[in-house]
Amino acid sequence: MREIYADNAATTKLSPVVLEKMMPYLTEVYGNPSSLYGIGQTAKKAVEGARANIAKNLGAKSPSEIYFTSGGSESDNWALKGICHRLKARGKKHIITSKFEHHAILHTCKALEKDGFEVTYLDVYENGIVRPEDVENAIREDTAIVSVMYANNEIGTIQPIAEIGAICKAHKVLFHTDAVQAAGYCKIDVQKQNIDLLSMTAHKIHGPKGTGLLYVRKGVLIDNLIEGGAQERNKRAGTENIAGIIGLDAALQLAIDTMDERNSKLERLRDKLIDGLLEIPRSRVNGDRVHRLPNNVNMCFEGIEGESLLLRLEMAGISASSGSACTSGSLDPSHVLLAIGLPHEIAHGSTRMTFDETTTEEDIDYILETVPKIVKLLRDMSPLWEQIIKGEKSGAKFIS
Amino acid sequence: MAFTYSEKVMDHFANPRNVGEIENADGIGEVGNSKCGDIMKMYLKVDGNTITDVKFKTFGCGAAIATSSMATELIKGKTIDEALKLTNKAVMEALDGLPPVKVHCSVLAEEAIKAAVSDYYTRQGIDPEPIVGKIEISHDHE
Repeated sequence: MREIYADNAATTKLSPVVLEKMMPYLTEVYGNPSSLYGIGQTAKKAVEGARANIAKNLGAKSPSEIYFTSGGSESDNWALKGICHRLKARGKKHIITSKFEHHAILHTCKALEKDGFEVTYLDVYENGIVRPEDVENAIREDTAIVSVMYANNEIGTIQPIAEIGAICKAHKVLFHTDAVQAAGYCKIDVQKQNIDLLSMTAHKIHGPKGTGLLYVRKGVLIDNLIEGGAQERNKRAGTENIAGIIGLDAALQLAIDTMDERNSKLERLRDKLIDGLLEIPRSRVNGDRVHRLPNNVNMCFEGIEGESLLLRLEMAGISASSGSACTSGSLDPSHVLLAIGLPHEIAHGSTRMTFDETTTEEDIDYILETVPKIVKLLRDMSPLWEQIIKGEKSGAKFIS
Repeated sequence: MAFTYSEKVMDHFANPRNVGEIENADGIGEVGNSKCGDIMKMYLKVDGNTITDVKFKTFGCGAAIATSSMATELIKGKTIDEALKLTNKAVMEALDGLPPVKVHCSVLAEEAIKAAVSDYYTRQGIDPEPIVGKIEISHDHE
């Protein structure tokens, strides 16, 4: 049976090229960069080399603006908590974000609300895109930070980052973006795009798990999240994950080097899959089709439930993901699908497939052969589908 | 997924028993709602006091389909009294357990049977409430 890994937005396979670059630091060069002897200093040099190259690749002014972390969630927590706690003393107590951020942002906002901050959650409309004018209208005297993700992790919609950055700059408000999904697929230039803080992680771009970074523009004052030793210029304690940092740099470099060719291939496969799946009656694609990550397909099929679809896909060798309630253990479907206005019963029937450069035309053909059969099988046993075809129930507005 | 299903659950999900409808069923029960992501509909054929046939249709997750399937197996050929004694716990045990977040699926299966039996009694001109108890047809979790 064909095996297709279609969950690259969850995590990716470590690239052999990346692993090779990491290997010396997992084996022989095990020294602590804070030590003065040979292998410590060799490790330190490697870390600083990676920092400089990453800074260049993100369009940062200086390597000292890059801080290594344990990953996207830490970076997101640090960006919001570190900035908000610092600016609270100056009377800033307002945060602007969007309704469909990753939970690393949304749950951090909830925690900051308990600390007395007010949060504006911007609408993302039916296409899953924040409107820059909404950002501008939401900015207040006491706004500490705006945080809008670069690309959404479930529906892959790409946000107008440069426009939002320009607005924040004009209003002298800090701008953070969670670029965990966008890095390696979108061209990031923190200076041109007026990004003050940016989170990313290695494992979404064929790097290792457990290493990420926070870019903090020079001059932006941020409180520490992790206290301890003097690593990362006193801003983030803990012995550096040398191999992880080398892997992060190597993965980002590889992703940038191959970006254009990979994106055009993936866009073609993505569009073929979406067009093919839309042939299924009463199906829909979630999120804007144009401003979308090249590897993201997110669909709803009315009358069936997402987890059942997922399990059947797995039985057919396809590893996908779902925004279904059941996978998260809550009874509510994905907050992202609800944010784009889908009713619960349609949002329950969603599936996300995310690809990488190893995905082939044959893989897409196989998925196109398999999904309609599974949808039919599940609809045949669905009392909800029965109601829908009898015309007793329908979210017709959302589905065609 | 943050949990794994037992082999029995996966078996009943992959090969659900007694799927479909019964024409001229003697009792039909439907529980759950689409907003919460699960609906179970159960059809009974009753002869004397015995459930001679049972079929189901379910919209829902893997556990919802597996519990429906198992519940139909457990009551097929049984008397109505026996069917009414079937608890969600018994359905879960027969499936070698369910993840904690899926326990409500087994509750739904128990209720689907009770709803179908209620409908059977109603059609017989018998008030089901003293026998079956109150059935919540729609589950609103809000």
